[in-house]
Amino acid sequence: MLTSVLVVLFLALLIGSILGFSSIKFKVDGDPIIDKIDSILPQTQCGQCSYPGCKPYATAIAKGEADINQCPPGGEDGVRKLAELMGVEYKPLNEEHGAIKPKSIAIIDEDTCIGCTLCIQACPVDAILGSAKHMHTIIEKECTGCELCLPPCPVDCIDMIAIQENTENWKWKYPVFNIKNQKQRVSH
Amino acid sequence: MNIIDTIFKFNGGIKADTKKSVSTVRPIKKIKMPKQLILPLRQHVGKVAKLKVNIGEKVLKGQLLAEADGNVSAAIHAPTSGTVASLEKQLIPHPSGLPDYCVTLIPDGKDTWVEKKPINWKKIDRKETIKKISESGIVGLGGATFPTHLKLNNNNEVKTLIVNAAECEPYITCDDMLMREKSAELIEGIRLALHLLGAQNAIIGIEDNKPEAIEKLALLIKNDANISIKIVPTIYPSGDAKRLIYLITGIQIAKGKRSTEYGMQMFNVATIIALYKFIHCGEPSITRIITITGKVRTPNNYEVLFGTPLSDLIIDAGGKASQNGSFIMGGPMMGYKLPSVNVPVTKAMNCVIDAEPEMIENNNPVLPCIRCAKCAEACPVNLQPQELFWFSQSNQFEKAENYNLFDCIECGCCSYVCPSNIPLVQYYRYAKSEIISDRYAKEEADIARERNDFRLERLQREKEERAKKIAERKANTSSDEKSKVIDEKRKAITEALERVKQEGVSEKND
Ligand code: SF4
Ligand code: SF4
Ligand code: SF4
Repeated sequence: MLTSVLVVLFLALLIGSILGFSSIKFKVDGDPIIDKIDSILPQTQCGQCSYPGCKPYATAIAKGEADINQCPPGGEDGVRKLAELMGVEYKPLNEEHGAIKPKSIAIIDEDTCIGCTLCIQACPVDAILGSAKHMHTIIEKECTGCELCLPPCPVDCIDMIAIQENTENWKWKYPVFNIKNQKQRVSH
Repeated sequence: MNIIDTIFKFNGGIKADTKKSVSTVRPIKKIKMPKQLILPLRQHVGKVAKLKVNIGEKVLKGQLLAEADGNVSAAIHAPTSGTVASLEKQLIPHPSGLPDYCVTLIPDGKDTWVEKKPINWKKIDRKETIKKISESGIVGLGGATFPTHLKLNNNNEVKTLIVNAAECEPYITCDDMLMREKSAELIEGIRLALHLLGAQNAIIGIEDNKPEAIEKLALLIKNDANISIKIVPTIYPSGDAKRLIYLITGIQIAKGKRSTEYGMQMFNVATIIALYKFIHCGEPSITRIITITGKVRTPNNYEVLFGTPLSDLIIDAGGKASQNGSFIMGGPMMGYKLPSVNVPVTKAMNCVIDAEPEMIENNNPVLPCIRCAKCAEACPVNLQPQELFWFSQSNQFEKAENYNLFDCIECGCCSYVCPSNIPLVQYYRYAKSEIISDRYAKEEADIARERNDFRLERLQREKEERAKKIAERKANTSSDEKSKVIDEKRKAITEALERVKQEGVSEKND
């Protein structure tokens, strides 16, 4: 009797300490639900959702403070994914936060740029290169198209250019036309 | 030499009318030098080649025009001597019908070679030779256009070279004709490839509908114990890499594995001959054989310089090179409709079919899937095409992936047998495109997130540093001075407040 009590006691202590230890050792950084929401958000970091970036918006959704339809760059698809994750009804994008636009990138007119560095300070992803009084240029690959660099520019030399379809980003379309299937092609 | 005839038949596949004989009656033909050559900077899988010449520059035949950008890329060479006229976007053979960057070369008619530098491969180190091949511009000429040097350079030990001579798709005969006319080069090329791979033996896998080529090759390898021929039945798609390996060896390459992990590497016959020409003659990849067939009056195979306008070939073959004609690039099973006949011949262009509109537009109505499972029977990869179709057409991409969408080789056997005329492969291509672009967007978002996190951290750090500096400065000023400064400030503030108060009072009084 006593031994069994002792064994149970010992086991309880052992397992308890393992659990306690592992909860310290394998502590999860951040809140998993926030990260899940954040991984759906497009990371444009534009602030159109009325939060200072995607992570803060994700945090607000997780806390139930923000609705799921406030991110225009994420599009309807994004809202749908958020609805699925949060287990709520899908609702169309709230137009107050802006309309859906084709993905664009910023281009600096390098002849007009006066090198004031204001755009650099505005860029949320450090995609603009240049130093004081020198012409600035945008790293196309890093630009998220957030448009945050437009308002601060004193000489209005930044333009947003929509990304064109090219042979690299082109996608096969949903088959709407009647396309002859392989048999008819061969036996023709 | 031996001819092996035990084969391991794979499931599915189809027996179609091959329509090959029409284009094999005449020998491989050459046409006169075109007025201009248009060379897309990307004719291969991987990164766009980097331009190495200036506009207006005179170049010699075989001279480098654009070099490989990084490892997964391939160089582009001048197919003849002449002047580089422009670099601009032009229509290329691509299913999108979108233009891409091309170099235009105006031939001078002299066809003068640069100094050719054959490589003494028996003398120099293997790795050295492979490095040189990475500058040759050679890519898989079976249509996949994967840079060849990457396939020679691998970490796994390769024992067997499989030579893909199956050419299983209807209409296409360029490899068949090449084997008939250049059999000696092919065999020499195989010996070379064996050396480069460090492999012991080679097996040529060839469909039984090419007796002439088989006879020629068999004669040449009569006394070579290392090279053998395996005749496989004419069942489409026997030329698919994994299917051919199974037919020949009975080995199933598991999902996600490469053939090199099983000690095998595969090259197409045209690729091997290109390797031979580069090593033995010092000629980079500037030509290929292409089948022009279908409704043209004299279907034929042509040896053409890359960049040759396709319309020149169509006209030579007696076809109507009108812009509204329908031309299929590749075979009828896997090919796609060309945007126009005004596109250049590229490294990928193995066959062009002059097709009547009926061959492309579907007149039979597409009916709902009746779940007859005929497609599943025909699928050589043992997939469930009807399920893939269902998930693809309803945008349930995750489920389609779970049903191994990406194992689909787009062979078209399922569409071929479908009694409901459903263009199944079109749905799979659509679904794959969507999934790939989604993945790409995710990657981009991850980079943006990282950069944003980094920036926020940086701003935080700068703020802390600034605060620290201020604190330090404060600590450095002596406490006496400090209190003096503070006193002065306080005084100024109280004075200011007083002023405001009085002004407020006087305003009220007004
Ligand atoms: S609106 Fe802009 S900042 Fe807000 S979640 Fe969407 S992309 Fe991120
Ligand atoms: S062959 Fe066509 S109709 Fe039959 S199950 Fe497959 S997709 Fe459906
Ligand atoms: S196209 Fe894909 S699904 Fe259809 S038969 Fe070929 S491998 Fe199977």
